[in-house]
Amino acid sequence: MTNGTGRSDNLADLLRAGSTPLAARWVELAAAPLKGRLSVAELARELDELYAAILAGVASGSRDIQAEPYAEARALLGDLSRRRARAGFTPSETAIGVFALKQALFELVDRAEVGGGLPEVVAASQLLDGLGLWTFEAYAKAREEVIDEQAEQLLELTTPVVKLWDGVLAVPLVGTLDSARTQVVMEKLLESLVVTGAAHAIIDITGVLAVDTQVAQHLLKTVMAARLMGAECTISGIRPHIAQTIVGLGIEFGDITTKASLADALRHALRRSGVDVIAADGRR
Amino acid sequence: MTGVERIPILKIGDVLLASIQVDLQDRDVLALQEDLAEKISATGAHGVVLDISAVDIVDSFIGRMFATIAATSKLFDAHTVVVGMRPAVAITLVELGLTLGEVRTALDLEKGLAILAELGEQAPR
Repeated sequence: MTNGTGRSDNLADLLRAGSTPLAARWVELAAAPLKGRLSVAELARELDELYAAILAGVASGSRDIQAEPYAEARALLGDLSRRRARAGFTPSETAIGVFALKQALFELVDRAEVGGGLPEVVAASQLLDGLGLWTFEAYAKAREEVIDEQAEQLLELTTPVVKLWDGVLAVPLVGTLDSARTQVVMEKLLESLVVTGAAHAIIDITGVLAVDTQVAQHLLKTVMAARLMGAECTISGIRPHIAQTIVGLGIEFGDITTKASLADALRHALRRSGVDVIAADGRR
Repeated sequence: MTGVERIPILKIGDVLLASIQVDLQDRDVLALQEDLAEKISATGAHGVVLDISAVDIVDSFIGRMFATIAATSKLFDAHTVVVGMRPAVAITLVELGLTLGEVRTALDLEKGLAILAELGEQAPR
């Protein structure tokens, strides 16, 4: 395969001559697997633009899709793939947009409506394969971007440390705990203890769906570290099935105070700091 | 070779205060342990406060120091409170698997002194 400019094929002429039937058939083929999730008019607009860009590249004589004449085609394809990736189309559904042109072209050559033979078909095939791969890359990149964004959003969700009372802090944990996240939580909580001078901390795990040995280990470490700094740490909101898991795994919480609910834990913390909650009429 | 860094030990009422402001070498730790033992014995203090709010880095040797000092003080019927431990230090000690045993901890000097006062009341001498 030569990507040079001196290639002796008439692909540009072929594409130019057959542009009307090619573009129509292309849209038709590309629309089929999308099953109406994208309007034909929209698809036709996208593909028309792309067709013009590819034709411009082919007309330059270059067959290297990384070359300058294909810059516009690459940019258009990149955008298209990104849009598909974000809209939740599969990689095949995305790539078929490019490969459908190949089929349309082959059909056209087969019917011999326009001039064109093996050299044109090979050139077109190689060119469109290259563009197809480019589509895959753009698609994968877009998906990675989505994943990165989500990971960032998850970190932003990372547990705030809230002040429940003078000298009482709480960390409501939600979702799945992994080492990295627990580390962040631990550091944040300990920092907050220093800043606020709070002597009590409550780790509420009502929102934690599963606890394994590692997570339990992290929780214990956090409590121990808080204790080393001179603060008392209570764990609250253990769900029934998590309690069973903890016992089943044989995890020892030792002398760490655990409470059923955040309210109980708060009451415990208040009592420990010498505050009692009494209703206005004197009832407890 | 530099000389041994002596940590000053201050007496406030019947409490001894050792404020560690430098990065401790192992021999400094040993010197502190000796000095503290002598001072408790001489003054009959009922409490020891170790202020480590300026300590950034600890190793297992220093981690054990707290327990050793507490055990020594205990022999003189004095309680030990470690105050002002930084988060990073606390995490390190936990990761090292060191618990301080009988040592009490407090967030700051004020709370540490309050704990000692409370302990003193519980066991009047």
